[in-house]
Amino acid sequence: MKLRYIVLAIAGVLAVALVAAARWHLPLNPLAGGGSRTVTAGASKISIGGPFTLVTQAGKTVTDATFRGKYLLVYFGYTYCPDVCPTELAKIATVLDRLGPLAAAIQPLFVTVDPARDSPSVLASYVPQFYERLIGLTGTPAQIARIAKAYHVYYAKVEDKTSPGAYSMDHSAAVYLMGPKGEYLTMFSHQTGPDTMVKTLREYVKKTS
Amino acid sequence: MKKFIYAAALVIAGLNATPTFAHDYELGKLRVSQPWARATARHVPNGAVYMTLSIAGMTADRLIAVSTPVAKRAALHTLLMDKGIMKMRPVKAIEVSPGSPTSLEPGGLHIMLMGLKAPLKEGQLIPLRLTFARAGTLDIEALVQKPGAMAPAHRRTRSHSKD
Repeated sequence: MKLRYIVLAIAGVLAVALVAAARWHLPLNPLAGGGSRTVTAGASKISIGGPFTLVTQAGKTVTDATFRGKYLLVYFGYTYCPDVCPTELAKIATVLDRLGPLAAAIQPLFVTVDPARDSPSVLASYVPQFYERLIGLTGTPAQIARIAKAYHVYYAKVEDKTSPGAYSMDHSAAVYLMGPKGEYLTMFSHQTGPDTMVKTLREYVKKTS
Repeated sequence: MKKFIYAAALVIAGLNATPTFAHDYELGKLRVSQPWARATARHVPNGAVYMTLSIAGMTADRLIAVSTPVAKRAALHTLLMDKGIMKMRPVKAIEVSPGSPTSLEPGGLHIMLMGLKAPLKEGQLIPLRLTFARAGTLDIEALVQKPGAMAPAHRRTRSHSKD
């Protein structure tokens, strides 16, 4: 009789663990504060970035290799987000405008953490509002999970209890600067203002070109 | 005071095609300053409305409900930044305390509109009905700004672009 309870208890714990693992993705958030060149967790460095395959707002399939030769400003968000994402995308647009000719070397990317709602056509009506060269990226849940994991981006669905079917997304709100070889350079937190971003971008984009 | 603002609004509206600033509203001791919203994209059914709430006198009040004909639902929300993760959560009420204005602004408290019947366009005025626990209901109009706007346009007569 005892053995059965032990087995049931273990099964219960496993079930809870499986549900938890399915609900959450590894929440490694390198920095809460301002940008920094390297990211460390304990003694080892976390590498940010990596291969991805996604679909643009025009329905075109792209990979990380598509963007080699350009600096990337990568932001993860979702279009149903009424506040933070418009703020962040407008900030990126302001920064690129202020950089003048230097902006041509930088490709801004908006990656959705909500591929269920953010189809290419939804992205097509959303991203041009902020910046004409902004590329919106979506994909299958697995493709999104892959790029989010590579960038250590946390995201999770939060149901709206007062409205069936409605939900928001908790998500990491940083902007990642990647170099022309696909290498991670630095990141800007949500609190970082456009002046700091412009200054930092002038340092990086001039240095390695 | 309100009449003066309306008169000025008419003059300025005459000089420009669309209103260039957001109004203030009063209900008893409550003041709702410069309600504004952001323009939204065609397929996105959510929007956000911002404003500053202040109250004179000695007694606090609370904004407890909002409704609008432009959306199916309006709810009070706030944003919490937790270790770099942005989280949006509903709040039951927004306090307005004497001497301490409450600002609904990007990155914090806001009124979220859900199920917009049509995209919000820059320059549009959105009617909203605010319900306060003590003062009762107040009808206002929020002025729609650019999609990434961080503040309402100034109410002064000089014209300048939003920056």
